[in-house]
Amino acid sequence: MLAKDFIRLTGSAIISHKLRSFLTMLGIAVGISAVVILTSIGEGVHRFILSEFTQFGTTLIKVSPGKTQTMGMSIGAFGTERPLSIDDAEALKRLSFAKSVVGIIQGNAEVEGNRRTRRTTVFGTGHDFPNAFSMPLQRGQFLPDDDPLAPRALAVVGSKVKAELFGDSNPIGRRIRIGGDRYRVVGIMASKGQVLGFDLDDTVYIPLARGLEMFNRVGLMEIDLLYHEGVPEDRVVSGIRRLLVTRHGREDFTITTQRQMLDVMGSILDIITFAVAAIGAISLLVGGIGIVTIMTIAVSERTAEIGLIRALGARQAQILSLFLGEAVVLSAFGGIAGLIGGFGIAQLLHLLIPALPVHTPWTYVLLAEATAIAIGLAAGVIPARRAARLDPVEALRDE
Amino acid sequence: MIRLEQIHRDFEVGDQIVHALNDINLDIAHGEYLSVMGPSGSGKSTLLNIIGILDHATSGRYFLNEQNVTDMDELAESRARNRHIGFVFQSFHLVPRLTAAQNIELPLVLAGIAPALRRQKVQQVLESLSLADRAHHTPDQLSGGQRQRVAIARATITEPSVLLADEPTGNLDQKSGSEVIVTLEALNQRGITLIVVTHDKNIADRSLRSLQMVDGRVVSDRHGR
Ligand SMILES: Nc1ncnc2c1ncn2[C@@H]1O[C@H](COP(=O)(O)OP(=O)(O)OP(=O)(O)O)[C@@H](O)[C@H]1O
Ligand SMILES: [Mg+2]
Repeated sequence: MLAKDFIRLTGSAIISHKLRSFLTMLGIAVGISAVVILTSIGEGVHRFILSEFTQFGTTLIKVSPGKTQTMGMSIGAFGTERPLSIDDAEALKRLSFAKSVVGIIQGNAEVEGNRRTRRTTVFGTGHDFPNAFSMPLQRGQFLPDDDPLAPRALAVVGSKVKAELFGDSNPIGRRIRIGGDRYRVVGIMASKGQVLGFDLDDTVYIPLARGLEMFNRVGLMEIDLLYHEGVPEDRVVSGIRRLLVTRHGREDFTITTQRQMLDVMGSILDIITFAVAAIGAISLLVGGIGIVTIMTIAVSERTAEIGLIRALGARQAQILSLFLGEAVVLSAFGGIAGLIGGFGIAQLLHLLIPALPVHTPWTYVLLAEATAIAIGLAAGVIPARRAARLDPVEALRDE
Repeated sequence: MIRLEQIHRDFEVGDQIVHALNDINLDIAHGEYLSVMGPSGSGKSTLLNIIGILDHATSGRYFLNEQNVTDMDELAESRARNRHIGFVFQSFHLVPRLTAAQNIELPLVLAGIAPALRRQKVQQVLESLSLADRAHHTPDQLSGGQRQRVAIARATITEPSVLLADEPTGNLDQKSGSEVIVTLEALNQRGITLIVVTHDKNIADRSLRSLQMVDGRVVSDRHGR
């Protein structure tokens, strides 16, 4: 049989039952659009979160106290490890590949200035912080490169803290109180917005040693190291490890590269996208059952016709492919309609809720259509085989 | 051309065995006009189905154009049906969603013949059966006699050597019935082997050879009118 005739014959069967065919295609279309909408949102969120993460660059390495098993509990939580100290951070600065090294301590404190107060996040950190995290200043300068163990009482404010306390007036050079201690403002950070729900502008930066004192801590929460681009990551990691093991006597710290963080993040997000796609797949399954049903009905309705074309010389394989073809046409066209519908609805959702990131990758679109066709084949195979195996004499007797 | 040797066809119904065909031996020459008569259940349709390779004998040998049909596989059987055999049924068996012309070309479509050649053949056969003005009508827009003529056109489009008609006039009135018979006979005149199963004595009388069947056996085989 010629391909053109094959298409014409299957097409005529589908067109002869317009409503029924339409509803069957609709079943698949709903399933495919559910998959497309859900994966578009999943993928959109995925990309959004990853871009939030990578804005700090990919040559950033985090050292945190305590040895963690992969994704597990920190053994150090039981308190036997040595804390990361300011001296550790200073030692890391001397490594050849280190571009910027900053220790970080974080906490909350009351900030008082211009006769107003605000509770905000306080970062104790060092001179290199803006370089390490690519966070530029709006005005003034960041904390100076003071003696790390005896820094002056200077502070830099986030743009939101500045606006809340000082309004439009210039706070540089003015005195504020942070957690009761007096500081002089030397700079204002440029607005950075929110990262994963954390407001980077509602912050105040003070020198690391003063932060430790303020929060009454012995060790740093983390040390971040930005290395020179082009240096192999492995070399950086082993360099840091060797140095800190020498200083601490054993490996009681954890090194996390940006890539590891992205990998973990990515695999979690992949699971979310997959789970969401699986939910959509359930509606696809329902659509597939619709095809099985309609094709089974079609075979019993057209039993006499099957007998006839066998009598006219059709082979079993031809009967099989005719009915399979019908199932695939139903699912493929349903799939295309579902793709268009799903893509449209995803875009519409994005228009209505701009905060909802949406992204429909082409590979997903092709995969969804391939899935639709595969469902058609799978759903068509049982009825089509039944049609092909009919005894022609029996079939012809069917009226 | 058709040679049946000791053909048996048994059906198992429950624990009973029905001998639908019981030791049939038959030779049919090229271009013969054969009618098959007999009471209901005597095995006429079963005989026709075996000759048409739609059904298989339980035992015995069948040769069609010197080829042993008993040895054929599914593919060879389908091809033989397509090329050598034309079926005409009592209930027409037209595909309702296809036009007359599309119904007629079905055997050529199944054989993968190119559209241009098909169109030419369909046109020819439509004209010779005076159906040219009905080419684009669907079966429900045709009379019974016209439907059966479309079915005959379809059965003969591949120029088969045998035309098997199982009570072709059974669903037709007197007038369209005899039109159909005249059409079949004209095809026989042009060389096709014609086998007609009928209950109609008049039709049997017109044929040059007439079989009588009873209980799966041929009880008389009359040659000549
Ligand atoms: N599939 C089947 N299963 C069981 N018995 C069958 C089957 N097909 C035919 N028979 C039996 O075989 C015998 C011959 O049937 P067949 O249809 O050939 O008769 P027929 O001569 O064509 O009768 P009619 O004039 O009524 O069409 C009958 O007894 C019938 O019951
Ligand atoms: Mg019969």
